[in-house]
Amino acid sequence: MLAISRQRILGQSFQKIRPAVPGLRSYSSAAKQITVREALNSALDEEMSADPKVFLMGEEVGEYQGAYKITKGLLEKYGPERVLDTPITEAGFTGIGVGAAYYGLKPVVEFMTFNFSMQAIDHIINSAAKSNYMSAGQISVPIVFRGPNGAAAGVGAQHSQCYAAWYASCPGLKVLSPYNSEDARGLLKAAIRDPDPVVFLENELLYGESYPVSDEVLDSSFCLPIGKAKIEREGKDVTITAFSKMVGYALKAAEILEKDGIYAEVINLRSIRPLDRSTINASVRKTNRLITVEEGFPQHGVGAEICASVVEESFAYLDAPVERIAGADVPMPYAANLERMAVPQVEDIVRAAKRACYRSVPLAATA
Amino acid sequence: MALSYLRSSSSSSANLKLLSSAVSIRRPISTDTTPITVETSVPFTAHQCEAPSRSVETSSSELLNFFRNMALMRRMEIAADSLYKAKLIRGFCHLYDGQEAVASGMEAAITKKDCIITAYRDHCIFMGRGGTLLEVFAELMGRRAGCSKGKGGSMHCYKKDSNFYGGHGIVGAQVPLGCGLAFAQKYSKDETVTFALYGDGAANQGQLFEALNISALWDLPAILVCENNHYGMGTAEWRASKSPAYYKRGDYAPGLKVDGMDVLAVKQACKFAKEHALKNGPIILEMDTYRYHGHSMSDPGSTYRTRDEISGVRQERDPIERVRKLILSHDLATEKELKDIEKEMRKEVDDAIAQAKESPMPEPSELFTNVYAKGLGVESFGADRKEVRATLP
Repeated sequence: MLAISRQRILGQSFQKIRPAVPGLRSYSSAAKQITVREALNSALDEEMSADPKVFLMGEEVGEYQGAYKITKGLLEKYGPERVLDTPITEAGFTGIGVGAAYYGLKPVVEFMTFNFSMQAIDHIINSAAKSNYMSAGQISVPIVFRGPNGAAAGVGAQHSQCYAAWYASCPGLKVLSPYNSEDARGLLKAAIRDPDPVVFLENELLYGESYPVSDEVLDSSFCLPIGKAKIEREGKDVTITAFSKMVGYALKAAEILEKDGIYAEVINLRSIRPLDRSTINASVRKTNRLITVEEGFPQHGVGAEICASVVEESFAYLDAPVERIAGADVPMPYAANLERMAVPQVEDIVRAAKRACYRSVPLAATA
Repeated sequence: MALSYLRSSSSSSANLKLLSSAVSIRRPISTDTTPITVETSVPFTAHQCEAPSRSVETSSSELLNFFRNMALMRRMEIAADSLYKAKLIRGFCHLYDGQEAVASGMEAAITKKDCIITAYRDHCIFMGRGGTLLEVFAELMGRRAGCSKGKGGSMHCYKKDSNFYGGHGIVGAQVPLGCGLAFAQKYSKDETVTFALYGDGAANQGQLFEALNISALWDLPAILVCENNHYGMGTAEWRASKSPAYYKRGDYAPGLKVDGMDVLAVKQACKFAKEHALKNGPIILEMDTYRYHGHSMSDPGSTYRTRDEISGVRQERDPIERVRKLILSHDLATEKELKDIEKEMRKEVDDAIAQAKESPMPEPSELFTNVYAKGLGVESFGADRKEVRATLP
């Protein structure tokens, strides 16, 4: 009993000697790992600390510590004037957030999931995205709309839609979607600092995943550029574009393809709007083949835009038709086996890449 | 002493000379600030609060300013009607004539640090905030000299430097936005308020109640002003609202019903509301007003109301006529002097229109400006992207 309490006291005094951010200091030469959740939380914390105009608003962001604990500890640190729990009224609180941005504050509005953003979509598009243009530059809107996007696990049709394509089609918005912890930190910090409305699409299933981060990433000044994709894995045979959770799947597919002698280049889009067309096209000009991967509905999706861009800019370089891997063209079912069929799996990406690399069946002329 | 809120400084001295020469034999009228007390047409009706007094303090100077401002607004809207019929204005054009007392009275009670946000019937509010006739007419005609450089149009006039946040086309959206402005004012500890204007048609919007709920919970200095002109486009209030007592619709939020055709009542109510909102959070003002034009230029305005009703309001309740009678009965100016002011306003409007017509349309490169505040050197495209591309600054 005494031994335990003495250890506890020792442990506590150790805490005092440690530097201010004990969780983020590495004690070995191995890279530090943090979860996407920690990455987002630290990004919010640092940006709120750096700029008093930044404030958070959303359902359960304060006392509940965040529906997915992304905003944990921030109410305690910054107080109820800067971390605001809202009633369940998306249209109302989103409009209030946009109005605050008109005045010059920097709101970060959380949607518990982006499915609920549809209740507020008029404010995102008509009140936020278009204002700088309609006012010829008088009214800029430095707001961030963030929250989980796309499929979770077993949450059914109304809670699983991916909104990347919808928001990315709208001029005046910037749309970002991080994959790992580095992306989460760098892109969220960039979004909060950006003077335009940014839609920040996270993924619930990635929140608990850990990824290595360098000291540079952990520094409070770290920021990633908006509009630039990242080549996660270099390759020469086929280009695979993806964002958010699908980047992980694409990387797994690339490992499997390598065993068959196909070296895939995996591009993590990071930014859906602006889309990094030059990185995508440069890659396709090198590999001559393209697979686009996304979780959302296929029609009029992100992959469709990437395909059109490559056909317009790099047609002569394509050795095979562009392949699209996307969510199934159905509302998301609940039953586990059907749900599995409704979202892309690694084997889908592998199969499409192989199709693009060699024809499995010779083409015959059709009447 | 400023002659009016609407005039640019270069012309005001010339007009001061004009007026003083016209009245050189008589006492100076437009600069007299001796308090005069006037009773509002009807008492205020209150909900969940104590109504302010019917006795309003004003002055010769203020009354003449009201007359001048409202006459200018009236003239501007009527001229816009002609321009629309001449096809110089396209698309939507929602005119405010009849409702001038709301815009004028409000300005007299507040400062340019207070915020105003409204819907699409915004030309006169923009003028009240210090906008110029040229900026309005050029914007309506889609020219470079417009307040939004021709890129917004009738429904999207803004003047951020005097805290006018538009000009919104989506019915009801401006109310949560206005509550957001109030939030930011409180956050910044500015001790100022926001007036969010909406119509009887917008009064049933769910987002209004969502925003009011949050404003009341967080004690935001938001004043929701229902400009009840009794028709939401072609639908009379009794067909649209189960309860057309809009000043009571706030339930837990206090409200005041005001004769919106009486500029002094408007001023008194807005002054009361500002004091209230700074201390106690949101309050609703229902301005009982009327528009002479239809909903927009494509609506004759006579299929859902009788011509007798329209002419009846014009005869009994016209806001400019009320002020004219007040000025004459208090012997503050002669009929001729007032007619001269109206002629002067007409000339100002005509001059501004002529100037606006001279202003060219925006440069084609303006298609791609202001998409973002920070364009990041990103590419944007025209209809044929192989033909027209631009880099966003």
